[in-house]
This record gives sequence, C-alpha cells and structure tokens, in this order.
Amino acid sequence: MRKPSSSLLPSVMRRCFAKGLMALPAAILLSSIGMSASAANVNTTGLAVTDETVTIGILHSLTGTMAISETGAQEAEKLAISQINATGGILGRQIKIIQEDGASDWPTFAEKSRKLLVQDKVAAVFGAWTSASRKAVLPVFEKENGLLYYPTFYEGLEQSKNVIYTGQEATQQILAGLDWVAKEKEAKTFYLIGSDYIWPRTAMKIARKHIENVLGGKVVGEDYKPLGNTQFGSVINKIRLKKPDVIYAAVVGGSNVAWFKQLKAAGITSKKQTLLTISVTEDEVLGIGGENLEGFYSIMKYFQSQDNPNNKAFVAAFKEMWGEDSVMGDVTQAAYLGPWLWKAAVERAGSFDIDKVVAESEKGDIELTTAPEGYVKLHKNHHLWSKARVGEWSKDGQATVVYTSELIEPNPFPAGYQ
Amino acid sequence: MDAYTSSELISIFAMQGFSGISLFSVLLLMALGLAIIFGQMGVINMAHGEFMTVGAYTTYFMATLTETYFPAFMPYYFVFAIVVAFIVAGILGYLAEFALIRHLYKRPLDTLLATWGLSLIMQQSFRSLFGAREVSPTLPEWLLGSYQPTETIYIPINGMFVLGLTAVVTLGVYYLMFKSRWGLRVRATTQNRVMSGAVGINTKKVDRYTFALGCGIAGIAGAAFTTIASTGPTTGTLYIVDTFMVVVFGGAASLFGTIASAFSIAQAQSILEFFISGSMAKVYTLLALVVILMFKPEGLFASKVRR
Repeated sequence: MRKPSSSLLPSVMRRCFAKGLMALPAAILLSSIGMSASAANVNTTGLAVTDETVTIGILHSLTGTMAISETGAQEAEKLAISQINATGGILGRQIKIIQEDGASDWPTFAEKSRKLLVQDKVAAVFGAWTSASRKAVLPVFEKENGLLYYPTFYEGLEQSKNVIYTGQEATQQILAGLDWVAKEKEAKTFYLIGSDYIWPRTAMKIARKHIENVLGGKVVGEDYKPLGNTQFGSVINKIRLKKPDVIYAAVVGGSNVAWFKQLKAAGITSKKQTLLTISVTEDEVLGIGGENLEGFYSIMKYFQSQDNPNNKAFVAAFKEMWGEDSVMGDVTQAAYLGPWLWKAAVERAGSFDIDKVVAESEKGDIELTTAPEGYVKLHKNHHLWSKARVGEWSKDGQATVVYTSELIEPNPFPAGYQ
Repeated sequence: MDAYTSSELISIFAMQGFSGISLFSVLLLMALGLAIIFGQMGVINMAHGEFMTVGAYTTYFMATLTETYFPAFMPYYFVFAIVVAFIVAGILGYLAEFALIRHLYKRPLDTLLATWGLSLIMQQSFRSLFGAREVSPTLPEWLLGSYQPTETIYIPINGMFVLGLTAVVTLGVYYLMFKSRWGLRVRATTQNRVMSGAVGINTKKVDRYTFALGCGIAGIAGAAFTTIASTGPTTGTLYIVDTFMVVVFGGAASLFGTIASAFSIAQAQSILEFFISGSMAKVYTLLALVVILMFKPEGLFASKVRR
C-alpha cells in the first residue's frame, strides 16, 4: 500500500507545477488541515471526488449524424448510473454526471474529452461510439491518464491502458458469425458489402482473410458505398449476377434503410438468400422496418428479446426511464455495462485513482453476473469475455436468438489477420 | 463461376437499366425545386435539403396519424401525404422568403450563409420535434414489393412510383413555367426585373411564390423518398450535394438542362457502379463532371438571359 502512494506523490507534484501554482496551495491546505480524510484516501490524484459525490463524464453525439446511434448508449449509461445511485452509489458517494456533446465531429470529441479530464477532472468517462471518435480521443486519455469506457463493437487491433472496451472486438463478432454461417448454411461463396469508412473496411479485411484462409470459401464480390448513399440498384444486380451463398453486410446509418428496402423490392428475401449483417441492431430496425429484414440474420452479443431475468429487469427499467417505445440494441446494452464494471473495479480498489482502478480491471477477474446479455467477465486485455449470438429478425422488429456461442475469449490482436 | 442462361443475363440487363432510370428520376425530383429557386431567382438555397426533410417528416406524421385514427384509410393516405407535404413545405418556404431571403436578394453570398444557418436551425428543430433517431412511415402495401413481368425480372414498385411522380411533377412545372400566366411573369422577372416591375408585375410577389413553389416541390421529393430511405434530422444534407450537382451541371436556368443533366449523371453512375465499386464510381462521375464544367462553365444547357 505504501509503495504506490509514494510513487504517485511526485507525479502529483509535477502536475501541480506544470499547471501553475494555483492548485498547489489548495493541495497543501487540504492535506495540512487533514480534512476529508476519506476523500483523500480514495482520491490521491485530484479527481473530482468529494465526501458525498464523484463526478463522471458522458461524451456522446447528441447532435449530427451519429446522434441516431449514440442516443441509446447515453440513455443506457444514465440508467446504470441512476441505478447505482439509488443503491447507495460508489464507495458511499453519489455519481454526478457532466454530459458533453461530441456533435458527430471527431475533433470535437477530442476537445470535449480534454475538457472533461483537465477542467472537470472526472473520475471516468463513458462515451465515444464510432472508431473514428475513439481514435480521436485516445491520445487525450493516454496523455491525461483518464479512463474511458467504450461501448461499441469494433474492429479490434487496439488496446490501451486508459480504455475499457465493453463491446466485442472483431474475433468475437466477425469471425464467430462467419463460422456459424459456414457451418449452419454450408456457405462457400460470400459477397461483402459495407459503408465506406474505417470500420467496415477493416471488418471486411478480417472477414476476407478468415473466409479464404480458414473456411476455404471464396469472396465473389466486395463493395463499399459512400456513407449516406441511398441507391443500391447496381450492387443488387451485381449480387444477382454473382449468386453468393451469403451476403455479408456492414452498411451503416441511413444507408441501411435504403439497402434493405431495395433488397426486398428486388425480390432478394430470406426465402432465397442468406444474409448476415454485423451492423443491424434493434436501433437500426426501427428505421429499416422489421418487414424488410424478416428472416435475415445479425451477429451480435445481445438482443432485446433475450430471455433471462437480468434482461427482463433491464428492459423494464429502460422502458420506465426512457419511454415504452424505446428499444435496446447491442451497443445500448454494452454501454449499460460500463458504469457497473467501473463500480466493481473502484470498489475493489477502494479508490477512484485511475491507476488503481485500471490495475484492478487488469486482474482479469471482474465479473458481472447481472449483465442483461447474461454474464460477462473483464479480461486482462481490457476487453470482455462474452458470447456471440445470431439473431433472426422477425416482422415486429425483434430478433429470435437462433445460436449462442460459448463464452469467447477476447483477442484484439488475432494472429494472421493484420 | 457458374454458367448463366441468356434469359438470366437479359433480365439482369433489364433490371440494371431500370435502376439507372430509377436513379434518374430520384435525381430529377430532387433537383426540380432547386432548379426553380436557383435557376429563376439566383438564390443559392442551402436549406433545400431541409425542405425535403420537411416533406418526409410530414409524410411520417400523416402515416402515424392515419395508423392511429383511421387505419382503414392506410392504403390511400400516401397520396394525400404528398399533397400535404407540398403545402407544408411550400408554406414554410413562403415564410422563409418573407422573413429572411427577401432582405438578401442583392447579396447572393449572404443568402448562402443565411440559408445555411436556416438549414442548421431546421435540423435542430427536427431533432427536438421528432427525436434524433431515424424514422420510416408505414407504407401502404401496394407500394412495397416488386412487379415481375417475367420469372426473373423484378422491377421495384417504389421505383416505378417515384418515376411516375417525377413525370407528373416535371410536366406540372413545365406547364406552370411555360404555359401559364404566372410562369410568364416569373420568366419576365428573371429576364428583366426592373422592366417587369414597370409593366405592372408585382415582382416581390412573384419572388415569394416562386420560392414557395420550389420549396413545395422539395417537399414532394422528400415525401417520395420515404419510400426509398429513412428520415432523420440530417437527411437533407445527404441530398443537397447531388441536388446542386444536377442543377449546376444542367445549366442554371434551364428545365431541359436539369432533365438532361440528371439523366446523364444517373446513367454514368449506375453503369459505372455495376463494373467498379460504389465509391470509385462516384469519384469517376464527379471527375467527369469537373472536366466537363471546366470546358463548359455555364453547364450543359445555358439559357441566354439578360440580367
């Protein structure tokens, strides 16, 4: 116990000097009077922690294109926090939220995260959604030694001391999905299609390697459409020409709606064609319409329809807080896990200090048995052990889980896929 | 690769042809309203996409209303929704002209900035009113699915619907502009504002109604696009670039130019997309456009007007 605190002291001093002498007298004053002994114990690095409260940040896009997707995530985080507060908070402290708007703009994300860490001194940040926004805030979190809980399933190939990834990385989603479809549907030929930006392109690169090297299948076509594109006629005809066993799709945002509507209108339905997507959750289905997706598959780790007591409680609480019409998608659920994982790590560390919380998280044995998806465990590598699930969409916009994998170990750097 | 029967190839060819025509009708419908506003009035309306979104949200609102209160009316509501979308977007356009645009006619660059601001205001209002999530109206059954002339050819019905609607709107605009007294006044004002005023045309009124008409047509386009894509607060920004591209390439003040430009862009894009990937097809199309505009800066068909 003595060792870490003594090694921390110089760094605190250095930071105080670096920021000017303003903070220094206050620090001396506090320690000399010896007030708030408890706050000093649980917080040796000057985070926004008092005897009654601890402040955290929520950083999602409330405006701009991504607001559509990120709304659910920030709602889930607020739900988790209000539940934690209702049951006594963390280390006896109520959680206070400072919310910032990333505005779907990556430099804004970086700027706001700096504000949250430097000015507000928040103990943790729950936020970011796209890979682009995560990449933008990453250097800030590493420099200021902040702690980010990132909720989205993503392409992997990343692991930072300052980030806990509560969504699934590539192998837990992309590879699991391909394995399932190859086995279950005896698929040999694949048509890959996605929106044109980092996540679909990386995901498809990994998928192609897996199809060609592991499954012995063939990629008969690969296509990327600009974000926001609404015309898929030509691609659909190409697909018809190539006759793939499986369409493997990662189309995002508004394009998704046009893509599925046009597939249906072109007579490509689940009766004749297997389609597996890695980008459709209950959130997207709201816009796409269940009737356009009927019989197609999504590979995720969570579906709202999952039948377990944790999930029933989660769905009920979410609807009570955010309205009867709200739906919960994969990322919403992953976002909900963030505050709970943080609570678990903080309580074990007995401190809000980032380094201590990270050290606890890295022990690799923090479990959540109350997770709506069932059970998750935090791995040493900052990702979650979780199960992959294939959902078959039905008309009402909900999915039936047709396949659940074993608990998959997260492996953000799979050999042979880089 | 598998062998193809000739009938399969023919049907793919036919469907590819239709997807080109379908894209053409979408582009044309988007551009018509702007062609009137930009072409006749010289106003660069950056909020054009948002007027489309107004139409789309109106349709969504009508669909929800019908579904809740008159479910029996569902198969027919869409036609009314289009009319209502036209009226709502038109009224909003009228108000925007009255409150904002008319003060800036002599300062084209300021209109650009002002309408861009207007577009941001409208986006945020959509977000506050309808939420950040994208929505889709429940479409009547007859708009879904596809028409199958043969076993292997699928022609999407919503595509045909948009095509038909585009034809009707284009003919309507043509009639209004070139056959009606009102169109005569608009064209006169475009050609010589001072002289038109001198012969007793209320040019201010003409401006206001022209702008409202352009916005109303944008509303129709927005309503029609709910059959293709979903609607969100920022949907308009997706359309605005294509819209300007069509109008500028066609030559500002020419209805025929707009049609020709929409047709050539759509065909180039859809044929290229079939052979190369979607993003590159767009790159080549835009590249071709830039080169052509370098040699013909006034666009495909420039009408000769005195200002």
